[in-house]
Amino acid sequence: MRFLNRSAGRLSRHRRAPLAGLVVLLLGLLLTGGLYSAFSPGAQADETSTTAEDIQSGKELFINGCSFCHGQNGEGVLTENGTQYGPALTDVGAASVDFQVGTGRMPLAQPGQQAVRKPAIYTDEEIRQLAAYVDSLGTGPAIPTEADYTLPETNEDGSAFDREAAISRGGQIFLTNCTACHNFSGSGGAMPRGGFAPSILDVDSKYIYEALLTGPQSMPTFSNGNLTPDEKRDVIAYIRTLEEQPTYGGFGLGALGPVAEGLFAWVVGIGGLLGFAIWIAAHTTRTTKSKPGAIVEQGELT
Amino acid sequence: MSIDTSRVADSNTTNAATPKKPAKAGAVANWADERLGLGTMMKKNLRKVFPDHWSFMLGEIALWSFVVLLLTGVFLTLFFDPSMAEIDYQGSYDPLRGVEMSRSMASTLDISFDVRGGLLMRQMHHWAAMIFIASMMIHMMRVYFTGAFRKPRELNWVIGCLLLLLGTLEGFTGYSLPDDLLSGTGVRAADGFLKATPVVGSYMSFFLFGGEFPGDSIIPRLYTIHILLIPGLLLGLIAAHMLLLVYHKHTQWPGPGRTEENVVGFPMLPVYAAKAGGFFFIVFGATALMGGLLTINPVWKFGPYDPTKVTAGSQPDWYMGWPDGLLRIIPGWETTLFGEPISWNIMLPILIIPPLMLTILILLPFIEAWITGDKREHHLLERPRNAPTRTAVMVSLMTFYGLAWAAGGNDIIAIKLDLSINQITYFLRGAVFIGPAIAFYITRRWCISLQRHDEGKLLHGYETGIIMRSAEGGYSERHLPISEAQAYTLTARDREVPWTPTATTDENGVAAPGGRLDGIRSKLSTLMYADNVQKPTAAELEEAHHHAEHEHALTAALDGHSADGHQFDGHHAVEGENLRPDDH
Repeated sequence: MRFLNRSAGRLSRHRRAPLAGLVVLLLGLLLTGGLYSAFSPGAQADETSTTAEDIQSGKELFINGCSFCHGQNGEGVLTENGTQYGPALTDVGAASVDFQVGTGRMPLAQPGQQAVRKPAIYTDEEIRQLAAYVDSLGTGPAIPTEADYTLPETNEDGSAFDREAAISRGGQIFLTNCTACHNFSGSGGAMPRGGFAPSILDVDSKYIYEALLTGPQSMPTFSNGNLTPDEKRDVIAYIRTLEEQPTYGGFGLGALGPVAEGLFAWVVGIGGLLGFAIWIAAHTTRTTKSKPGAIVEQGELT
Repeated sequence: MSIDTSRVADSNTTNAATPKKPAKAGAVANWADERLGLGTMMKKNLRKVFPDHWSFMLGEIALWSFVVLLLTGVFLTLFFDPSMAEIDYQGSYDPLRGVEMSRSMASTLDISFDVRGGLLMRQMHHWAAMIFIASMMIHMMRVYFTGAFRKPRELNWVIGCLLLLLGTLEGFTGYSLPDDLLSGTGVRAADGFLKATPVVGSYMSFFLFGGEFPGDSIIPRLYTIHILLIPGLLLGLIAAHMLLLVYHKHTQWPGPGRTEENVVGFPMLPVYAAKAGGFFFIVFGATALMGGLLTINPVWKFGPYDPTKVTAGSQPDWYMGWPDGLLRIIPGWETTLFGEPISWNIMLPILIIPPLMLTILILLPFIEAWITGDKREHHLLERPRNAPTRTAVMVSLMTFYGLAWAAGGNDIIAIKLDLSINQITYFLRGAVFIGPAIAFYITRRWCISLQRHDEGKLLHGYETGIIMRSAEGGYSERHLPISEAQAYTLTARDREVPWTPTATTDENGVAAPGGRLDGIRSKLSTLMYADNVQKPTAAELEEAHHHAEHEHALTAALDGHSADGHQFDGHHAVEGENLRPDDH
């Protein structure tokens, strides 16, 4: 019996092994997933390539959500005074859409001083379709890929990439171009008439790169002629370093500079020491509250 | 000093005549006393009396934080290199490695990252500096509000004002030393201020910087000023300040047993030596905690100074904030004189108003003495309410200072409170003029109201909180007389009379010299005193007490009735009384 069934029983005798169920489940998932991705058109498309269907779905989303301010064909809307109600989007490119919609700035909750970062309303897929549609309206920068905003492991010739040098180079570019508005540690600053440069900490590298490329709102555009793609990448690496490095000096006080420091000197420093002064003056060296030790220095002033 | 002949050698033998061997500690003390004459000095000063009040310890915060500054400062000088020579940074802080910077910046980074305990020392030094100047200011306000600056202490007031000025300059020279982006921006601003001086501006700037900004001499020069010149002056003035304090004796609050001729309090040894000595450790501990836990001036984030760079949130340290604020809100006024521009927008907020404010501050005691004509010595303090105009003047100055100070942080206020920086600027442009006037009026009337309250307590007693119902059904609150000690304290002040010129013309009808000035003085004196509530006269007090006794006689029948717990008002013996008789 055993001899006859030797080849037939080889697989089946493992069928009650502890991990058998898990393996079968994984195989099943792989198979269905693979088949789905092979036949589903949406999933087949690459991140960066777009299809006519994407543009069509993007257009539908645009008409519904964006055209009120930006016009039926993204040509923009003017107010009666001739000022812009919503700017034309004909040459802003996919990067701009990805930034504005991806960070939740668009659609605006209400027209105001400045669009603020908030949870995104559209899904990633919808944002991709919107970007595809707006991109089809004219020219403009494309959405950067991960390689654009991440420091590489090796140089093109295969030698090890000098991360430290890139970060310190990025730091100097950051201090020259960004800190005037965004502050020395990226925690943001004030702009005229209620505007503000937002904090750029905890912002996706992709969005920082897109903001540099497209110059949203009051921000200047840092074109590739201005800051090369490598320089943009280094700046982002420096910002990531600022976030990751420990706060060497202790609690950072919001990294706002001397105003916060002065506040703490007065509130914590002077406030605390005043408390101690009151405490010291209210207590004698004796344990009772009365002050039997008080003496009078007589007649010394004459 | 009589000579103890038994201790003088009376022969030419090799053995000197010596007294009997004393105890060990005594021997040391005796040794020192014989050579330094400490005994007489100590005998008096160890028993020196200090009155007890929390507000008398504010100057001590300044003194002790200065000691912390000396200690931490000495540590920092061991590692700091005040040179503007450019080097390639190769220290431990990765993101700046390979960046060109001055030696002073590189050594600051070394102190922060490569010297053991260096960052703690740097941060302690910086926090202590902020606290040093802040405590000088609150000490100054205390002295002013309580009238402690009056004769004989006017000169000590002047010394204090100079200490405040020197402390501010010391702070500025100190935070400029690291040569990081923030301090370099500050030095650049200082260069601009110098250059805004008419005629000699550019010469002064070239003289200070040894050529055009930034040059390579400013940091070494600031260093010498910071660690030698100003600390020397500060030490000398602090010594003078404290010698005068000992000479004048401490002021004290009025009260029973306290007169202009004595000081009531605790002796230096053992009580005040322990209190003051202990306070040093508290100040040291507080600064150490802040230095260890709270980041201050993270120079590594600012990077080295480079005129092409600037950062949002570039402010000076807090004590330079108010001129910076004036600079931020002043309109861009410029005029041209003989073809040369005069930058009022820089001269007014930096070169004119701060020196003017300092002059006003120094002159305050002398102005008040001139108006009041008071030439007496004052060792008893006045409560702020009993000098309404004086109090209002300081609150008014503080309001101006505070508004200018807020303007210095206008950008941070804008982003943190969601305001427009322009609106803040427009508001403050008006508020720096209107605010002090409103503050003056409110403070003065508030003080006078508090005086009325005191008068009420003296004449009608304090409010007991006991509501009495009369036979007719009317309600009234019962007042009881305050204790004699309280009454003494409340009445221990002068009765003030506005000064009036004696005669504007002499018997021949010739106008007296200085008549116009007398008119101003008389007006100011009226402003200062005329609205004050004077303490009641003896007759008024007598009358009020008589009235009160009559009232008490009417309600005396209720005394001893303990139905509603009023016997627990603290003015009755409560032995055997129970709040709730049912409890037992």
